[in-house]
Amino acid sequence: MKYVLLICDDETVSPSNEELEADPVHQAWVADVNRRGGMLVGARLRPVVDATTVRVRDGETLVSDGPFAETKDFVGGLVILECADLDEAIAIASGHPYARWGGVEIRPVWE
Amino acid sequence: MTSPNDSADDRVRAAVDAAFRDEWGQVVATLIGLTGDWDLAEDCAQDAFAAALVTWPRDGVPRRPGAWLTTTARNRAIDRLRRDAAGAAKLRRLAVPADDPDESPVEEIPDERLRLIFTCCHPALPFAARVALTLRTLAGLTTAEIARAFLTAEPAMAQRLVRAKRKIAEAGIPYRVPSAELLPQRLAGVLAVLYLIFNEGYDEQDARRALTAEAIRLARVLVRLMPHEPEPRGLLALMLLHEARRPTRTDHGVLVTLEHQDRSRWNQALITEGVALLDQALVMRRTGPYQVQAAIAACHATAPDAAGTDWPQIASLYAELARLAPSPVVDLNRAVAVAMADGIPAGLAMVDRLTASGRLAGYYLLPATRADLLRRAGRTGEAKAAYEEALKLAPTETERRYLTSRLEEL
Repeated sequence: MKYVLLICDDETVSPSNEELEADPVHQAWVADVNRRGGMLVGARLRPVVDATTVRVRDGETLVSDGPFAETKDFVGGLVILECADLDEAIAIASGHPYARWGGVEIRPVWE
Repeated sequence: MTSPNDSADDRVRAAVDAAFRDEWGQVVATLIGLTGDWDLAEDCAQDAFAAALVTWPRDGVPRRPGAWLTTTARNRAIDRLRRDAAGAAKLRRLAVPADDPDESPVEEIPDERLRLIFTCCHPALPFAARVALTLRTLAGLTTAEIARAFLTAEPAMAQRLVRAKRKIAEAGIPYRVPSAELLPQRLAGVLAVLYLIFNEGYDEQDARRALTAEAIRLARVLVRLMPHEPEPRGLLALMLLHEARRPTRTDHGVLVTLEHQDRSRWNQALITEGVALLDQALVMRRTGPYQVQAAIAACHATAPDAAGTDWPQIASLYAELARLAPSPVVDLNRAVAVAMADGIPAGLAMVDRLTASGRLAGYYLLPATRADLLRRAGRTGEAKAAYEEALKLAPTETERRYLTSRLEEL
């Protein structure tokens, strides 16, 4: 099955890419995902100040700055995985460094 | 007047009822394992029991009713899948010949029901759905029965079950017992569901009593299937020790406290079994909250009378429970035990600290416990005020009647 991991965080802690790469937890996570051969796509997103949201209401296009979800936690990255089942996706998500202070939402891909 | 035929029919009817009680979960679990289709599994299990009602009076009750039912349900599933184009892939997994129903190899997979329990109790499912799904698939309760037990409308309960089954399929929740490293964490959820089902039945009158029996039966399954885990034994012991005292808990709708219960009416067979199970669990030397609670229940169940209760032992068990599973309700119970073991002032001080913390605000047993301790200490005026406060918060008529009678005694 395909799953998307939405890597969520409140951005108060925002390590640089270099810091992330040097983090042993991150290294172990990447090694684990590679070993399982499950990674299809992975991307880190720029912070929410760079976000733009588009809505169409009554035929009118409304563009606003900021993310769609007005919560404390925002999606900071996404990973698309191929795994056997939800338990494997949970195992991978629990190893992600952001799971320690943010959260990882697991969404099955509608196929 | 009963003719020989009637009594034969009664015997078959009783055999089908017994098979339903003992084998339903196994038949459904096996069919889910074979087809991966929860609805199909339940439908075919139902068909198999209906077929038993027709066939068994004619051919006699089979030597192994569970095997007969499983084979019949499986053949029914093959028929259904044959007629369904999308069923072809599932059909290949099912295509195991089984000519003699009594010789089919169902005994080789004794953990089917365990897989079912763990799948129903997967942490990705909402808690209420875990309880409902467990009762539905493992115990064979109808949607109407589950809705009644949880005071929910039947369509809402049906929705909840549909959503849970859909999530299992679409989120890819695996149908299996989790691996060893996940087991302790997942087992806790399973035990919590079983204990919740038990308590749903325990607190209520006749209508929901079937739930306690069901929870005990499921706990027995879990003990048999996980013989090396101490907590399932602890939970079963706890349930049996509570169940042993149940007939004396109320008197004509009025709550009777432990102190005033007629101990000669406690079920000694259940107490003996509960204590034996607890001993088996304790020798494994991995203490958990259910074993500690069972140990507390055992202290009460084996005391000759209220005065002869080993309160110092109970107080120290509550201290252990507060360490393993901290909760303000545990602290409240601990305060009562401390009052009985070390004197009322020590217990009252703990209750007052708990009241000041605000952690049990609105919980009627907090002022009720305080009232009881004040009454024992001879502080009648304060006790009255506390009983009145508890009365305002008491959730059911049984509890209000009890508090009113205590208030009137002062």
